[in-house]
Amino acid sequence: MPIKEELYFVPPAKLRIDRVSKSFATRSGTLQALDQISLKINEGDFICLVGPSGCGKSTLLNIIAGLEKPDSGETLMDGKPVTGPGRERMVMFQEPALFPWLDVLKNVLFGLKLKPNLNNKERREVAQFYLRLVGLEEFAHANIHELSGGMKQRAALARCLAPNPRVLLMDEPFAALDALTREQLYGDIQRIWAERKKTIVFVTHNVREAACLGNRVVLFSPHPGRVREEFRIDLPHPRDINSVELAKYASRITRALKGYENSPGTEMAE
Amino acid sequence: MKRVLSSIIFFVALVAIWHFVVLTGWKPRVLLPDPFAVGEYLKASLMDGTIFQASKVTLWRLFTGYGIGIILGIPLGMLTAKFRFIEDTVGVLALGLQTLPSVCWVPLGIMWFGQTEATMLFVVIMGSLWSVTISTDNGIRNVPPIFARAARTMGAKQFYTWTRVILPASAPFILSGMKQGWAFAWRSLMAAEIFVPILTGFGLGQVLQYGRDLNAMDQVIGVMLVIVIIGLVVDKVLFSPIERLLHRRWGTGKA
Repeated sequence: MPIKEELYFVPPAKLRIDRVSKSFATRSGTLQALDQISLKINEGDFICLVGPSGCGKSTLLNIIAGLEKPDSGETLMDGKPVTGPGRERMVMFQEPALFPWLDVLKNVLFGLKLKPNLNNKERREVAQFYLRLVGLEEFAHANIHELSGGMKQRAALARCLAPNPRVLLMDEPFAALDALTREQLYGDIQRIWAERKKTIVFVTHNVREAACLGNRVVLFSPHPGRVREEFRIDLPHPRDINSVELAKYASRITRALKGYENSPGTEMAE
Repeated sequence: MKRVLSSIIFFVALVAIWHFVVLTGWKPRVLLPDPFAVGEYLKASLMDGTIFQASKVTLWRLFTGYGIGIILGIPLGMLTAKFRFIEDTVGVLALGLQTLPSVCWVPLGIMWFGQTEATMLFVVIMGSLWSVTISTDNGIRNVPPIFARAARTMGAKQFYTWTRVILPASAPFILSGMKQGWAFAWRSLMAAEIFVPILTGFGLGQVLQYGRDLNAMDQVIGVMLVIVIIGLVVDKVLFSPIERLLHRRWGTGKA
């Protein structure tokens, strides 16, 4: 039964970022977005990249995704260099980026259609499985504009999970949502991470969010983008964003961030 | 039901005003026939098949030329959106020719193709092609780049991304270009048929012109009505369902 195989957990991948640098040409000169970044990400890590805007954390995510090429250095997935985008590394963006001409189910099917060794019936089953996982099974045939912001991000998450990637790359996926919806999604993403065993790289500028989700929180500083410090969050999942222990971690991280910022960082505050 | 009723009342009132103007004797009846005379003409020409035959000839020209315009226009718009060089050359040409009323092509068409169907198709293609090209180009440029990025991460290659993401995402723009192209094609074909007697087929424009030559204004007005009705029907049958579908998907167009 290939469908069982398909839904079987694939082992999470490990990533190695090896001295990655990237600069952009801007009107006022070159901007060093990333400067010799090295980072080891283990199988099944939930790693949050935190830093003010302009620190290159999204650029790094795009490089891991294969959507952008570094000027120097390389990214390795299980020892193999990343040369372009691939199904084993799915990206979830800040905007849901769902296709408005397709209904929810067909959006989830989009990535599956490109996956070989499945027939259409199996693809539908897989898509429905993931819609159930994110709690949208009743909205399979809804149009995108009929969904709320939170539901759109759930649908986007289902679309990312459907090809069964080994790494999930998330670029501030909850930044545009209201606080209540966001808290629900924190619960969901922790549950899905535990159930589906993915390596997750999560970019955010929200310190509490990072402390709530990650087992590792990596701090970046801007101009040029560098890794400054790493925190291990040794709290059991699932975590409640409002818990006191979590607040302690968050304030330590915030202090560290403020320490190496030249200008007072207003952006750090939730 | 209420909307249908208000439509009906409006048009009945319009015909009544027309009849009233005729009764005032503003123009002799030879020049301004009353609604009943036009009705008589339409009835007779429907019975003897004149209108049916002419509509068939006209619609064949229209749909063939328009179809070619779309088949050429969409890929052309994709090319101008994709390649800077083509944008700077063909794109500028398309923009220029779109502003040219396509009836201006009639004299050249006659000289190049003679009094043949080719002249008619040429004028219709010139009328629709550029609108479709420009709106396709415009639509593609308005596709959020994140759509293509999302598709790439899901493993879509160039061709798949173009056919399954970029083209559907530009559908609202392409449709509005197709509507404009249709309107331009319809106008220019009528102009061409009025100007150019074509021996291979007798279209609606030619029936209208024939009416003028015979000083039969009931025929002229009758044919004008037929032209309007065909335009309305095409809009309702061809474009409205697609428009409704797009509005439903995108969640747009709600008052």
